Amino acid sequence: MSLKRPAKDQPENFEFSSSSLEAAKAMIAKYPEGKQQSAVMALLYIAQKQNNNWIPLAAMKYIAKFLNMPYIKVYEVATFYSMYNLSPVGKYFVQVCTTTPCMIRGANKLVEACKEKISENESELSNDKSCSWMEVECLGACVNAPMMQINDEYYEDLDKEKTLKILDKILNGETPKPGSYRGRINNEPENNRKTLMDLKNA
Amino acid sequence: MLKDQDRIFQNLYNDLGSDLSSSQKRGDWVNTKELTDKGRDWIINEIKDSQLRGRGGAGFPTGLKWSFAPKEVGSRPHYLVINGDESEPGTCKDRDILRFEPHKLIEGCLIASYAVQAHVCYIYIRGEYFIDGQKLQAAIDEAYKKNLIGKNAAGTGWDLDIYIHYGAGAYICGEETALLESIEGNKGQPRLKPPFPALIGLYGCPTIINNVETIAVVPTILRRGGKWFASLGREKNTGTKIFCISGNVNNPCNVEEEMNIPLKELIEVHAGGVIGGWDNLKAVIPGGSSMPLIPKEKCETLTMDFDSLMAEKSGLGTAGVVVINKDQDIIKCMARIARFYKHESCGQCTPCREGSGWMWRMLERMARGEASRDEIEMLGDVTKQIEGHTICAFGEGSSWPVQGLLRHFKDEIKKRNKFDPIVRENKNIPYLVDQHLLDKNA
Repeated sequence: MSLKRPAKDQPENFEFSSSSLEAAKAMIAKYPEGKQQSAVMALLYIAQKQNNNWIPLAAMKYIAKFLNMPYIKVYEVATFYSMYNLSPVGKYFVQVCTTTPCMIRGANKLVEACKEKISENESELSNDKSCSWMEVECLGACVNAPMMQINDEYYEDLDKEKTLKILDKILNGETPKPGSYRGRINNEPENNRKTLMDLKNA
Repeated sequence: MLKDQDRIFQNLYNDLGSDLSSSQKRGDWVNTKELTDKGRDWIINEIKDSQLRGRGGAGFPTGLKWSFAPKEVGSRPHYLVINGDESEPGTCKDRDILRFEPHKLIEGCLIASYAVQAHVCYIYIRGEYFIDGQKLQAAIDEAYKKNLIGKNAAGTGWDLDIYIHYGAGAYICGEETALLESIEGNKGQPRLKPPFPALIGLYGCPTIINNVETIAVVPTILRRGGKWFASLGREKNTGTKIFCISGNVNNPCNVEEEMNIPLKELIEVHAGGVIGGWDNLKAVIPGGSSMPLIPKEKCETLTMDFDSLMAEKSGLGTAGVVVINKDQDIIKCMARIARFYKHESCGQCTPCREGSGWMWRMLERMARGEASRDEIEMLGDVTKQIEGHTICAFGEGSSWPVQGLLRHFKDEIKKRNKFDPIVRENKNIPYLVDQHLLDKNA
């Protein structure tokens, strides 16, 4: 359970754009009739995407009406799950995994890099308001530790230097190339592969 | 070492491409109709013969689980739900199946849906795996286009729709009933069992929930026969398993290996050995962070399967092997895991909500050497009060790693924390609830 507070400055109104509306209707269609509440998580994602990576309270009220469910239920869901941002996080949202498998491979160096480049404290916007960072729990790429996530993409096999380079790029408004930064192919044992060799050489 | 032709996930490292035509070359979707034509009972019996146990952590026999689904569909439809909420620290196997072997999963969904008579299948993927989920969605779209799923899927006469539902960063949604709550659009807080989901699950309908890896191995088992699968590994712990070896090893990797493989072989052969050599090994977490760690002495001879790890008071869990060497502070490592559990507790049951925070704070102090001697016993007491007193298995998951630390590294904690207890003598203070801990004769 994570502690989250909605932002102080809240926009008055929120409405789905036409493309969001289409996506929302497609989501509702996935679930049986009368069970449209199931789509609340997907709709919160859509709202988050539309509204620069964060969800204002107005969007929750809008979604509650849209799905015909109580506002408190939407608020409950938005505050329970950690991936819904209730305050602005910038165009690039950097999440550094610091759980044990990453920690023992040096995730604290990545945190240092974020502190140097983005902001002293986590969940704080950078000077140009373009990005922010936070420590998160296991992102499920333990074999590629240490790693971080920027928006939807994973950046794997990092160290401090590589992280600094990546952060320089996003501060310049570029999107760096995702994947392993040691040049290894997916989750194979680097230079030590003992299995499925015929396929590799095929 | 397992022979390459016995590996189920040929494309684990994406040498071959994950699209439909490359998957078909690897044997996916080849004779799906023949398999379903043999009937539900044959499928379930074959899975029972293979002794396949669920790959999500608990190791429940899959064939048995499927046989719990009602034989006749009543007024309520059946559902199949695939658990891809992989969030256990140390585990990253499902991600590779989603992105590189999606057709094994989709075909498995069709066969499993047929076996449990479900027409709708939801695949729950953790929100962070958005990109990997998109790859699965592309594979699903391709399968729809080729009529492999949808109406009369793959010519089997069975209608099946598959939908992806993204989570949003809650570890607890990997618990099956919390996952159902999440799909229904609620907070992911586990339900009381019974009733079990096989009878009352998603939307109150009979629901079978399986892990991604469990479902993805089903088509291969049926093609090659339950006997073949059962011939790998050992009795009750059969088949192959994807092991994720992370932490202080030279070549962290995912690798598919036979059950019952020696831990030492896994680390030395596949992962290139411990950083600093085998003698630099401190401890290994054998099955994802919930499983108690195992000290080096026992790692020499340990084999990796459900029952042999159970005998060591640990467990195979999700087979996420985290190797910790002597350069690390073991108490700090465990304190970080305790922080993970504190963060991820859903807050429904008091022992877990409060206790996970206690354990974290005590371990942090112990790592800094600021705890008093008696607190070590007290920490053990806290874990015992969480374990078994919660609705779901999260209580066990959060207290077992701490118990493992206390079991094997108590001396190290004692060496670091030498403070005298604050209450030294056995005073009869009525409001001191922990008085019994000071009782030397207890």
